[in-house]
Amino acid sequence: MSYVAIADQHAHLHDPQTFITKYVWSQDHKVIAIQYMATAMAIGVVAIALSILMRLQLGFPGTFHFINPSNYYQFVSMHGMIMVIYLLTALFLGGFGNYLIPLMCGARDMVFPYLNMLSYWVYLLAVLVLVASFFVPGGPTGAGWTLYPPQAILEGTPGADWGITLMLVSLVIFIVGFTMGGLNYVVTVLQARCRGMTLMRMPLSIWGIFMATILALLAFPALLVSCIMMALDNHLGTSFFMPALVSLGDQTVHKGGSPLLFQHLFWFFGHPEVYIVALPAFGIVSDLISTHARRHIFGYRMMVWAILAIGILSFVVWAHHMYVSGMNPYFGFFFATTTLIIAIPTALKVYNWVLTLWRGDVHLTLPMLFAIGFVFTFINGGLTGLFLGNVTVDVPLSDTMFVVAHFHMVMGVSPVLVVCGALYHWYPKMTGRMMDETLGRLHFWLTLIGTYAIFLPMHYLGILGVPRRYFALGETYFVPDSVHSMNAAISIAAMIVAAAQLVFIFNMLWSLRHGKPAGGNPWRATTLEWQTPETPPRHGNWGPELPVVYRWAYEYGAPGNREDFVPQNQPPTTQTAVAVGHGRNVG
Amino acid sequence: MNLVVATVALVAGLLVWWMAARRLTSRSWEAQGTFDGRDDAELHGAPAPSRVGLWVLLAVVTSFFALFMTAYFMRMSPQPVQGVALRDWRPVSEPPILWFNTLLLLAGSVGMQVASTALRRWRFTLAAWGLAAGGAFAFAFLLGQWFAWRQLHAAGLYAAANPANAFFFVLTGLHALHLLGGLVVWGRALTRMARGRATLEAVRLSVELCTVYWHYLLAVWVVLFGLLLVT
Repeated sequence: MSYVAIADQHAHLHDPQTFITKYVWSQDHKVIAIQYMATAMAIGVVAIALSILMRLQLGFPGTFHFINPSNYYQFVSMHGMIMVIYLLTALFLGGFGNYLIPLMCGARDMVFPYLNMLSYWVYLLAVLVLVASFFVPGGPTGAGWTLYPPQAILEGTPGADWGITLMLVSLVIFIVGFTMGGLNYVVTVLQARCRGMTLMRMPLSIWGIFMATILALLAFPALLVSCIMMALDNHLGTSFFMPALVSLGDQTVHKGGSPLLFQHLFWFFGHPEVYIVALPAFGIVSDLISTHARRHIFGYRMMVWAILAIGILSFVVWAHHMYVSGMNPYFGFFFATTTLIIAIPTALKVYNWVLTLWRGDVHLTLPMLFAIGFVFTFINGGLTGLFLGNVTVDVPLSDTMFVVAHFHMVMGVSPVLVVCGALYHWYPKMTGRMMDETLGRLHFWLTLIGTYAIFLPMHYLGILGVPRRYFALGETYFVPDSVHSMNAAISIAAMIVAAAQLVFIFNMLWSLRHGKPAGGNPWRATTLEWQTPETPPRHGNWGPELPVVYRWAYEYGAPGNREDFVPQNQPPTTQTAVAVGHGRNVG
Repeated sequence: MNLVVATVALVAGLLVWWMAARRLTSRSWEAQGTFDGRDDAELHGAPAPSRVGLWVLLAVVTSFFALFMTAYFMRMSPQPVQGVALRDWRPVSEPPILWFNTLLLLAGSVGMQVASTALRRWRFTLAAWGLAAGGAFAFAFLLGQWFAWRQLHAAGLYAAANPANAFFFVLTGLHALHLLGGLVVWGRALTRMARGRATLEAVRLSVELCTVYWHYLLAVWVVLFGLLLVT
């Protein structure tokens, strides 16, 4: 079986015939990608609404009587879980992974289209089970997104009857669905690239998604293991995680279980999860910056190696989430060291983004604005990571608003900025129309300034010692009155940012019909997805002939050309061959 | 978590080795204007996607079982309760039927191997028998595991009684579940072979993939059984 045959296969095997097979039970990676994106964004809207409810309580305690401590905890837990797993993971890997991998690698589709379709429907089922938990007696779980035992399954925690079970079931379903998708992404990248597309010619978006998928395939089993064991503790009365304890006056059936074991397993998944979200963002933002600055990415090879290094290192830092859980001091030292080492490849990437912009022909298009916003925010969030990575500094800051501010900056706002930038960038390819520029700029500035208004002051709250996860602060000597007014201000900013996302969604829907027609390659980009014969690409992507790749993905500003870019699949003329023969040293 | 770190280190090592073999040091910005002929030739003998897919899946399943075994070791060590080590681990005395079951699973693996070797030598009747035996022995193994569960239950060794029991049930159960999944694919391979409509290439591939999976689950079982016996 030859190489080209793998990229080319399935071209005629699952041609959609009816409306149903074309848009519902579709095996086309582009349709599946859009299904993933739409579902993830829909559930994301729920998560935003939950965060607003949370902020209403924190900003104006006692004003809203329908928010009581129980449902406050439910809002917190579901907000976290949805955002991290059902929105970001699904959107980056299921959404962008599905859309970009075959197009950017020059394949007709994923290598296992049926499995790919199944992966989406299983994901949808996971989302539905999650949503169902809002409607069962007792409501969804209020155990926090980390679901720490013993409290997660004890009476007294909101959602202990049904909520926690549905949560665990939903996670198990999600992981099964993700594994189906993940196999596809990895094998497609490995096997189905078109002729000439060597690994080192792949756009960095694909590298980021590829490595994140490998991380997810290896890390999600840890969550699966802990979900299974917790479900058994809950329903069969085993004692994997549950120690002997007295709950509501009665001795429980459990004895001897280890809550710390759960934390190890959870964070063995949980930390790579940060990079499952971050690596695709890193990759995508590299492509956005390069395309919109009309300049080759600085240090392509270093960028690839950094992605690999971050991926591998992310598996040996998990216990920095557990500094206050009690551990051998040497352990703390080890994990602090590995945590700080990760800063090296990450900083290298930041330098390379900045150096790509340096003397570039920067076009402040919408994707570029979001990309620059990302670099700023990521530096901010990364720097506070240095505080929290050190055991001695982390101990007093642990469980304060400082931590909340840190992780929202680094894995909340930053990846979301990339998601927005990427949607503005690829929307023209997906729909054939541009999104509205004015609304987009409004969305960008409201989002960027708004999120800083939310999360910068939150660092100060944390340093003052304001704890996270509290329903109400009450009268506490170390909390001055100014904290309350700041909380109110943060809440107002949060509502403005949420409203700005509605502008974004409106823009997406409105531009479907009324956007300016985009043409095939509105950003004058080099990568393969912009070279398809039709826009949006039809089933099979490439027409009769697969593309052949002759160069890397970053040939911008090449001398001796009519245009300032050379697409990856443009056959060389003697002129360009001479021009690029004077190899520019960028490694 | 040592076991897991070792697994991840192994996977990372394999990844780096594989990457190195793919010339990750190449300066792609210089080699322009041509499509890299060497790479093309290298990929011409590329394995079928489903074969690569299976190996990726096996890596995921390995991660899953390695994590479970890590949890096993961590839970086995005495749990400190207010400075006092609580030793609540009572090892299970494994039902002897497990030895017999191991033989059944081994026989299943042999059957599958016979099938895929026979297919390569064009001996279709033998292949069909091998394939059928491979699945039948796997079914018998599952039945045997069920008996082992019944025996433990009859002896009052419920899952909730002791963490060792709980792990016994969970680990054997999950292994059985993976085998059940394999049997579904086996069923498809069998019908494919029986109907005779698929190409020889396709039949050969699906039998070979089943064989790999059978060997893999045999290996997992041997490791699990060893772990249960030793502790």
